[in-house]
Amino acid sequence: MPLFWLILIVLVIAAVGYMLGRSRALANAGGDSRELHSLPSYYGWNVALKAMVPTFVLLIVWLLVQPLYVNSVISGMIPANVIDDGSSRGLVMAEVRRAANGLDNAVAQGVMDEEFARNARADFTDVSQVLKDAGQIVTTEVTQPVLRAAQRYRIVNATGYQIMSIVAVVLALAGTLFALRETRALFRARNVVELGIHALLVGAASIAVLTTVGILLSLVFNTWEFFKLYPASDFFFGLNWAPSFSGRGGSSDLGVLPLLWGTFYISIVALAVAVPIGLFAAIYLSEYASPRIRSIAKPLLEILAGIPTIVYGLFALLTVGPLLLKVFGNEGLGWMQAGTAVMTAGLVMGIMLIPFVSSLSDDIINAVPQAMRDGSYGLGATQSETIRQVVIPAALPGIVGAILLAASRAIGETMIVVLGAGAAARLSLNPFEAMTTVTAKIVSQLTGDADFASPEALVAFALGMTLFVLTLCLNIIALYIVRKYREQYE
Amino acid sequence: MTDASMDNPPPARARSLRQADANTRRRNAAEKRFRAYGMVAILTGLFFLTVLFVSIIRSGAPAFTRTVVNVEFTLTQDQMDAAESELFKTKAYSNLFIAALQGKLEERGMSVEFDEAAIERLLGKVGGTLRAHYKEFPDDVGKPVPFELAASSRVDGYYKGRVNRETLQDSRFLQLSDLDLVDALEEAQIIKQAFSWTFITGADSGVDNPGGAGIGAAVVGSFFMMLVVLVLSLPIGVAASIYLEEFAPQNRFTDLIEVNISNLAAVPSIVFGILGLAVFIQFMHLPQSAPLVGGLVLSLMTLPTIIISTRASLKAVPPSIRDAALGVGASKMQAVFHHVLPLAAPGILTGTIIGLAQALGETAPLLLIGMVGFVARGYPDGFVAGFTEPNSAMPAQIYTWAARADASFYEKAWGGIIILLAFLLTMNIIAIILRRRFERRW
Amino acid sequence: MNDMTVMDSTVEAQRTKMAAQNVNVYYGDTHAIKDVNVEIEDKTVTAFIGPSGCGKSTFLRCLNRMNDTIDICRVTGDILLEGEDIYDKRVDPVQLRAQVGMVFQKPNPFPKSIYDNVAYGPRIHGLAKNKADLDEIVERSLRRGAIWDEVKDRLQSPGTGLSGGQQQRLCIARAVATEPEVLLMDEPCSALDPIATAQVEELIDELRESYSVVIVTHSMQQAARVSQKTAFFHLGNLVEFGPTGQIFTNPEDPRTESYITGRIG
Repeated sequence: MPLFWLILIVLVIAAVGYMLGRSRALANAGGDSRELHSLPSYYGWNVALKAMVPTFVLLIVWLLVQPLYVNSVISGMIPANVIDDGSSRGLVMAEVRRAANGLDNAVAQGVMDEEFARNARADFTDVSQVLKDAGQIVTTEVTQPVLRAAQRYRIVNATGYQIMSIVAVVLALAGTLFALRETRALFRARNVVELGIHALLVGAASIAVLTTVGILLSLVFNTWEFFKLYPASDFFFGLNWAPSFSGRGGSSDLGVLPLLWGTFYISIVALAVAVPIGLFAAIYLSEYASPRIRSIAKPLLEILAGIPTIVYGLFALLTVGPLLLKVFGNEGLGWMQAGTAVMTAGLVMGIMLIPFVSSLSDDIINAVPQAMRDGSYGLGATQSETIRQVVIPAALPGIVGAILLAASRAIGETMIVVLGAGAAARLSLNPFEAMTTVTAKIVSQLTGDADFASPEALVAFALGMTLFVLTLCLNIIALYIVRKYREQYE
Repeated sequence: MTDASMDNPPPARARSLRQADANTRRRNAAEKRFRAYGMVAILTGLFFLTVLFVSIIRSGAPAFTRTVVNVEFTLTQDQMDAAESELFKTKAYSNLFIAALQGKLEERGMSVEFDEAAIERLLGKVGGTLRAHYKEFPDDVGKPVPFELAASSRVDGYYKGRVNRETLQDSRFLQLSDLDLVDALEEAQIIKQAFSWTFITGADSGVDNPGGAGIGAAVVGSFFMMLVVLVLSLPIGVAASIYLEEFAPQNRFTDLIEVNISNLAAVPSIVFGILGLAVFIQFMHLPQSAPLVGGLVLSLMTLPTIIISTRASLKAVPPSIRDAALGVGASKMQAVFHHVLPLAAPGILTGTIIGLAQALGETAPLLLIGMVGFVARGYPDGFVAGFTEPNSAMPAQIYTWAARADASFYEKAWGGIIILLAFLLTMNIIAIILRRRFERRW
Repeated sequence: MNDMTVMDSTVEAQRTKMAAQNVNVYYGDTHAIKDVNVEIEDKTVTAFIGPSGCGKSTFLRCLNRMNDTIDICRVTGDILLEGEDIYDKRVDPVQLRAQVGMVFQKPNPFPKSIYDNVAYGPRIHGLAKNKADLDEIVERSLRRGAIWDEVKDRLQSPGTGLSGGQQQRLCIARAVATEPEVLLMDEPCSALDPIATAQVEELIDELRESYSVVIVTHSMQQAARVSQKTAFFHLGNLVEFGPTGQIFTNPEDPRTESYITGRIG
């Protein structure tokens, strides 16, 4: 693990720099630390930070850029005639990487020496034979150009990493020397170090923005690719979802409407379960329950929120589905054909959302000032009249916000629908039929064997984009309402 | 009226306070109804919770046991030599075993007809197992050796109620006549249930061997993922919170960060999976199915949780502490790192543990980065390999089992859930204890 | 300033409306009200004065059982309304509060329209036969609350949009809409500016014609201005109770005198 060692070397340089900086500052002050501007350790940290931070920034950038550079160099090397019909440069590159990986592993296992792996004139049948013996090539036959490209890929990569290591060590040393030169008794080491830490803190806070940018870029870029292959209007207004499974053909129908319908239908069922139960539970807990009951019932309900969604998925698939089938299936009312259905997923999702609705509503109801209730009791209203006519109307905006947040949860929920809702996309009103959702299809389109460049796989990104935009809107509206509501009573 | 003695009797009132009028009675009834609705809602919620846990425990408990056949078997040197000289050596061994088993049954006065094929359906290739044992431990020849042989998953299913005589159709896996043998063996107390360590320590098996599947490798995969999450999201989350709570000026950039954090906390987890797939796998070519990638994705997901709870604990430290530090000439940075941060540490720790627990149970993003398609057949070799070699994780393993066609895997999935919930429960209890132990009210 | 002058002419004997006999109130372990006896007359303004924390608000809240909403509060002794014990088991506090209305320290209009604020009480108690009836009750109450002219053109705008003084008069109008017999006011002017205070005080004096009014105040001047009877509370005890003029000019108890002259409180 050369990267591991490289990081260790830089850390050692920084540690040595710390000691040197500290002692140099003390020496400069004649051994009396009171003569220094800052505490001695700050001089040490100044050196250590200047050794580490630029080096690590360089390493991160280099590691991000080098694969891009190497890819473009190598893919330029592949002659156009190697790329089969129906294949793409990207696919061939993936093969090249696989072959290079195989060579790496073969060398690591010792079945092939470095010289042999690199030798461009080595007989190509030999090489591929050795690779196969080492159990490395799994998919296709390695062709001559691919092997050449793979060999070249390994060499360019290895050189790149060598240069990176050298540059990194030099940079660390240079930073150390620079910091040591400026170390004098009157140097304002504390201010400089604190400035550096401040910058690190800002950097950490910016990760949140970077994550959003990353999400947006990965969604937008791939969605764009998808719309180049598949017309956007067919995607948004198509009433049929029928991807072809070959992963190659252009015969897929990829209309989003049946998926959106399934998503909304299941979410509505879920909210129909969660909102009344959650709301009444919140009312009971905040207005009626004695402190003892509250201290027991509230955490118990919140357990439901802490259970992973995979558990709910399994619960839907194996417990609730068969149970519903017994009642509504052919032996019962005859409305239901299989255990996986809108009702199954919706019901289970509703159970999952109960504590979500109840604890948010509970907070919001508690934020309604006591003076409001007193005013109502003072007029001779009963407790329920006070709740229904004063507390709930006063808390309504907040409760609406809570329900919107719950709806956004329901729309984005994956595991329950993957396991409990079925796989068939259809526009139907029967809640006992299987339907599917946006999230379930994202999973199925991206976990299949389809190649990443095909519309069948890329459509998942367009679905992801739809999902992201939908939930983002709901979240923003909900957070805005809740915040406005809080301000009203603060 | 008892107060007739008053000098000034009240004018005739419409009604006495002591008698509720019709309107009040109606309103009080409405009050009672409303209160009952609330009670019903709570009870419904608790009912669902109970059903959930009962079905988890009822369906999951069998995963921790397996059906085994305990036979004491003695092989003499002559028998071994004879068997080794035959063409089908393992068949010879299993004939010896069958004879021994028959003997055991006859001792108890039972006689059931069975052949080698039946034994193979029940216990797999017994002959091979025996032969392998004696090859490995030649000293055991001539001594009675207790063998514990795992029964096939169908027999296991017969024991656990998945298979019964009515629904069983004769197949090459199990025939109706075999069940007579099983019943006889049970009566002779040769076949019984034993605790299954394989399930806890083992790795996943292939699709045709539910009996041998274990969750151990997935636990290790989850452990490495959590290590990545902890190492990345704790320092970054704390640093970001310190900046936002203590240093950030009121400006557009700060607002942007705040809005981003609150939105990221509500973005569906599957979207983080897409991010991981596009950035870490497609763009950066990190290895698929590796705990490192899973950990990176989960770190990004956990970050908002940790930031939100850390900011709450920083906010709870009263400003007087900062003022006191600044008052003796500490810099702002020193005030924060020497005083505020240590005082907020228990709260930060609690929030981190809860964030980790959330990440541990998250499944959807792992589906997209390939941790589900991968069958984790063994433990990673070494620490670094633990991060980079493909592995599964607990929730992904549970999903994999749930998605398999063979119903015997469902039991494994439920069992996996029990283990997963045990981990989550432990983490939450630690968080609660930390909070109780160190909570400080200002 | 002649704040301390009392209009003796208005003091005339009235029928007893409410009577408290040996009332004790406990908050958990704290003994908040000790053995209080007081008679509240009809068509009279009775003022409760005393230093903060002396229990005057607590006692006021006993008079319409608002303390029921606090779990740890316990009341012993008898409080009679027209000779009937309001703590009798058969008495429904809901019915009681319709007859003993309350106005609070901070104006607390509901987040509804002005009309709905006033109509709330009549609606829940079923006092109006139809919409026209309700309209009439609302108008009458708002007139009695001396706020009709200010809000008659915007009855549908939210009550929370009014100024502090207007909000408090709206709350008074809301309280009189249920046709109570007694009106309890807990420091109704403490959150208001002097002009709004003057308006509310004037209103209180008018309300005396129809109701028995009990007002808690920490302003002695206010007590002197609006009340005919004054009760002085100190550390949970009712120290002195009598005509306002007598309390302010010739108190019997030395503690009352100290308070009035500003030595305690």
